[in-house]
Amino acid sequence: MHSPFPDKPQTAPSIVLTGGHLRFAGKEVFHNLHLTLPAAKWSCLLGPSGVGKTSLLRQLAGLRAEDGEMEGTVAAGDGAPLPERIAYMAQQDLLLPWATVLENVLIGRKLRGEPIRPQDRDKAMAILADVDVAREADALPAALSGGMRQRVALARTLFEDRPVILMDEPFSSLDAITRRRLQDLAVRLLAGRTVLLVTHDPMEALRVGDDILLLKGSPARIQAPMSPTGSAPRQEDRDGLWPLYAELLKQLGAAA
Amino acid sequence: MRAIRLCITFAGLLVLWQLIVTATAAPTYILPAPLDVAIAMAERPGLLLQHAWVTFAEILLGLLFGTILGIVSALVIALFRPAKRWLLPVLVISQALPVFALAPLLVLWLGYGMPSKVAMAVLIIYFPVTAAFYDGLRRTEGGWLDLARTMGATRGAMLRHIRIPAALPAFGSGLRVGAAIAPIGAVVGEWVGSSAGLGYLMLHANARMQVDFMFAALALLASFGLALYFTVDFGLRRLTYWQREQSPFDD
Ligand SMILES: Nc1ncnc2c1ncn2[C@@H]1O[C@H](COP(=O)(O)OP(=O)(O)OP(=O)(O)O)[C@@H](O)[C@H]1O
Ligand SMILES: [Mg+2]
Repeated sequence: MHSPFPDKPQTAPSIVLTGGHLRFAGKEVFHNLHLTLPAAKWSCLLGPSGVGKTSLLRQLAGLRAEDGEMEGTVAAGDGAPLPERIAYMAQQDLLLPWATVLENVLIGRKLRGEPIRPQDRDKAMAILADVDVAREADALPAALSGGMRQRVALARTLFEDRPVILMDEPFSSLDAITRRRLQDLAVRLLAGRTVLLVTHDPMEALRVGDDILLLKGSPARIQAPMSPTGSAPRQEDRDGLWPLYAELLKQLGAAA
Repeated sequence: MRAIRLCITFAGLLVLWQLIVTATAAPTYILPAPLDVAIAMAERPGLLLQHAWVTFAEILLGLLFGTILGIVSALVIALFRPAKRWLLPVLVISQALPVFALAPLLVLWLGYGMPSKVAMAVLIIYFPVTAAFYDGLRRTEGGWLDLARTMGATRGAMLRHIRIPAALPAFGSGLRVGAAIAPIGAVVGEWVGSSAGLGYLMLHANARMQVDFMFAALALLASFGLALYFTVDFGLRRLTYWQREQSPFDD
């Protein structure tokens, strides 16, 4: 955990899931699923509602399935232990309402029983400035807009400084403009890390993803239909995303 | 603003009271007028206060011990699976027993003094506080716990920084109920057997047809009950500062 370059994330590993298996009360969500997330790339996972995207992401994050049976191994490509190198971002911002914005960013240290040192505060403030909510550092989350809250959640994720980021529809509750800004921000700030972004928005996947993954069927299987070219964040027209968008919609429709 | 509204309500109740007395022409030994009660209060303030102090102490001690016991029980039940299996039924049974029926037993076991009344108040407060706090601890938002797990949280830190704060609003509702009913426990205890306290004084005055004096004791008890409730409510608001509109009297 003690990197000599605290400003750079540790080298991001690839993530490999083998023999992924999940069943809920007789319903098989996926079975013998294999998935590789390439190192230091953004993978975007699309799929119809209820197919098992959230479950898959939770399995990668090492979280248990409530009242479900989960099997399979999740490992890092470099063979080193994975759990302490993963950060998780959910659809809800999961900010603690009784803690200020700054305290929320620092919560990981508190939860691990680590002291909050002056340099931790400085680092948190610098990140808050990066995501443009530094002025609200002492406010309670209730005083923030949805977009600001999600930026604080991003700041909390960045503060943890982990090389692997798993995100479950983190921007889906935002309006189109705010969502685009956050996508751009996330691409800039999370560069160099291994990222899995679950989304229901094909255009979001095409703008930020290096690889597009599709989860479909019952039990669900993974497909990798395309890898958009050009560096993210891509623009719809300039990077010729519209034909890919139409193609993805078709594949998603066929999946449903 | 709130204080003014409270005063107006209070004055309105006094006027209503006086109107009933005037309209029914009830004799003082059935329903004394507000002024009679005030006079009765002024005649023997020392006696009233001396007994009031006993009752207030019983109520406060009952609330204190009942709350501590409730907090500890809720934590134990929420944190240790076996404890939950064994303690939860005990908790429910304790509530199924009519606590008032236990009052004579408590006096028999703990004597005529304060302990039996404090125990009575504890018994009455224990359930709402425990049940509410336990419920709050049980319903921690799953997403927060998932996030904490991926951050490598220790069990203790998760409890301290997430589960307990998240349960405070629920605990607050339980404690508000506790504060409102604590006086009942103390007074019922005094009625069953005692040699001091406002409940004792009321029984005594009633037996001698000093109804105005009885009302004086009652007024004192009600004022204390109100003051206690609002103090607890104020404290709880400070404790759960991030919450808005949390008491049933907010508009
Ligand atoms: N706790 C649970 N108990 C029973 N079934 C569950 C549970 N959690 C998830 N499931 C089932 O597992 C399947 C996958 O759920 P999951 O939340 O992973 O879907 P998803 O792809 O994320 O959907 P969405 O796009 O709507 O978020 C669903 O069919 C759901 O019914
Ligand atoms: Mg989902």
